[in-house]
Amino acid sequence: MKKTLVAAAILGLGLSAAHAQEVVKIGGAAPLTGTIAHLGKDLENGARLALEEANARGVTIGGKPVKLEFMGEDDQADPRTGTTVAQRLVDAGVKAVVGHLNSGTSIPASRIYHQAGIAQITPASTNPKLTQQKYPGVFRTIANDVQQGSVLGKFAVESLGAKKIAIIDDRTAYGQGLADETEKAAKSAGAQIVAREFTTDKATDFNSILTKIRSANPDVIFFGGMDAQAGPMLRQFKQLGITAKFLSGDGSCSPEMIKLAGDAIGANAYCSMAGLPIEKMPGGADFRARYKKRFNADVQIYSPYAYDAATAIITAMEKAGSAEPSKYLPELKKVNFDGVIGNISFDDKGDLKQGSITVYQFKDGAWVPL
Amino acid sequence: MDAETLQQLINGLVIGSVYALIALGYTMVYGILGLINFAHGDVLMVGAMTALQTMLFLMGVAPGMSPVAMLTLALLVAIPVSMLIGYTMERLAYRRLRNAPRLAPLITAIGMSFLLQTLAMIIWGRNYHTFPQLISTTPLQPVEGVFVTPVQIVIIVVSALLMIGLTLLVNRSRIGRAMRATAENHRTASLMGVDTNAVIAFTFIIGAGLAAVAGVMYASNYGIAHYGMGFMPGLKAFTAAVLGGIGNLGGAMLGGIVLGLVESFGAGYIERLTFGFLNSSYQDIFAFIILGLVLIFRPTGLLGERVSDRA
Repeated sequence: MKKTLVAAAILGLGLSAAHAQEVVKIGGAAPLTGTIAHLGKDLENGARLALEEANARGVTIGGKPVKLEFMGEDDQADPRTGTTVAQRLVDAGVKAVVGHLNSGTSIPASRIYHQAGIAQITPASTNPKLTQQKYPGVFRTIANDVQQGSVLGKFAVESLGAKKIAIIDDRTAYGQGLADETEKAAKSAGAQIVAREFTTDKATDFNSILTKIRSANPDVIFFGGMDAQAGPMLRQFKQLGITAKFLSGDGSCSPEMIKLAGDAIGANAYCSMAGLPIEKMPGGADFRARYKKRFNADVQIYSPYAYDAATAIITAMEKAGSAEPSKYLPELKKVNFDGVIGNISFDDKGDLKQGSITVYQFKDGAWVPL
Repeated sequence: MDAETLQQLINGLVIGSVYALIALGYTMVYGILGLINFAHGDVLMVGAMTALQTMLFLMGVAPGMSPVAMLTLALLVAIPVSMLIGYTMERLAYRRLRNAPRLAPLITAIGMSFLLQTLAMIIWGRNYHTFPQLISTTPLQPVEGVFVTPVQIVIIVVSALLMIGLTLLVNRSRIGRAMRATAENHRTASLMGVDTNAVIAFTFIIGAGLAAVAGVMYASNYGIAHYGMGFMPGLKAFTAAVLGGIGNLGGAMLGGIVLGLVESFGAGYIERLTFGFLNSSYQDIFAFIILGLVLIFRPTGLLGERVSDRA
């Protein structure tokens, strides 16, 4: 009895080795339902495309041909769901994860990936806290808010010629962090901060703080927060006769913002987003064509970053000759290649070394890159 | 008075009159039933969303309609819908709990608030909606450096008219006398031939109608609407009602205006008043500090609570 079992086991092993290629699973997590589902799907498709192209070219890890398999999960942009799907990915044995989209989901999920010892590369979350946790497996292929804030502060002073700047933030981790970084950069570029005011991410009335700011007569008013506040805020600019330029970060750099601001938005509104518009990426045009052919859809925002994130993982695994996190993580820290978005290499915290920021201006009903 | 002070005064009066209008709904219901109707803020939201829906519909079928006519029609739909919601809440939930311990209707009111918000979320989604600003928001400059928009003037005027109208209704009309009698003593009033059920239902209906108007004005002023928009103004208006003396109509009006002014001046001057120790992130706390102080020295609010002896 024992003998037959052993024999069957050996037979089975032989069979599986002969038949199936070794499979390495790579996870993806992003909101696939809800208001930003289109962006989540975009992210997932970027990672999927990288894996499929690598498979078509043939992946060899440690001398053995390997098939990469993608496993995508829906985190609903919700922190709690984010940790649930993170655990599901870990339980399914993924060797690395591309995701999540929101900082609010990336940060809690990063702990689960860290405990499992696997790599997480986010192509979208910009909050500095994510990499400040110093988890060795966390990376991002997009500029963080420290980088964004320093570009915004410099832009206000050098490009918009602002001497006096007023700053408002919504007291969230994102808004406050971005506002602090912008303030620092603007000050060191030589501007004077004439007012620092606060609101909340649920407020709709900014008349009192704007009235106060108006008396200080700033050239530029910066807002660290989301489009749902920035829209009404711009309307109140108009109602209070404020003519200062309005500058904000990626949270207010959306088509939604244009809709909510109505007729109060004009060429005095500027915002920034991490990354480059796809036309300006080194591999942008080619990527867009390949993406369109595969998914019959247009690139939204994050797919090029996700593509590069997945490529970084594959490159590190091939170099290390192993899909085991303990083996490939040191290689991932050292990757250095030219991806779709530009050079991909990480600093010691896991942030992109050459993260770029683009500033947009409102023109003819849309955000136009400057 | 310099331009900044004058501007803060206008800011405070505008938001204060909206608070006052909402606070009337809280205070009327409290005066008669001793119930704090926490779903009142959400009735405001229903009013605004219904008006939005109506406007979008009208823009689709009659794009050339004049803004004033469109706004009037939107109000003519929003007010009855909100009244219906107010009446339904009273009929289905609160009436059955009228003799229950006080905690039961209070918790039911919170439940009603959740229910309305969730229903609105299902119907209109989670997104923010642009609310058509049919009254001009291009500011006028009556004094150099002081800006006021036509919509803000309309808000102040309409609120004042509605408050005067309500005061006349309660003090001069037959149904007003019935309302006062019911507030005085529920049971005695009914022995005197007052149909107290009808009076209470009427109170809810009037309050909901005022909330609908407040909601439309609120959304018109800020240009946005969404399913959770009733929560904050509801909470603030409740504070205003307590500040003025809950159950007291004049108190609700005064409380609303005072709260609006305190908030506005608080946010504008708190940093200078405390020499930089506190800043505008404490603007809400400032309003509640005033509330706390008033309640310590005048526990029944500025104008005194109308204490009904049946509570």
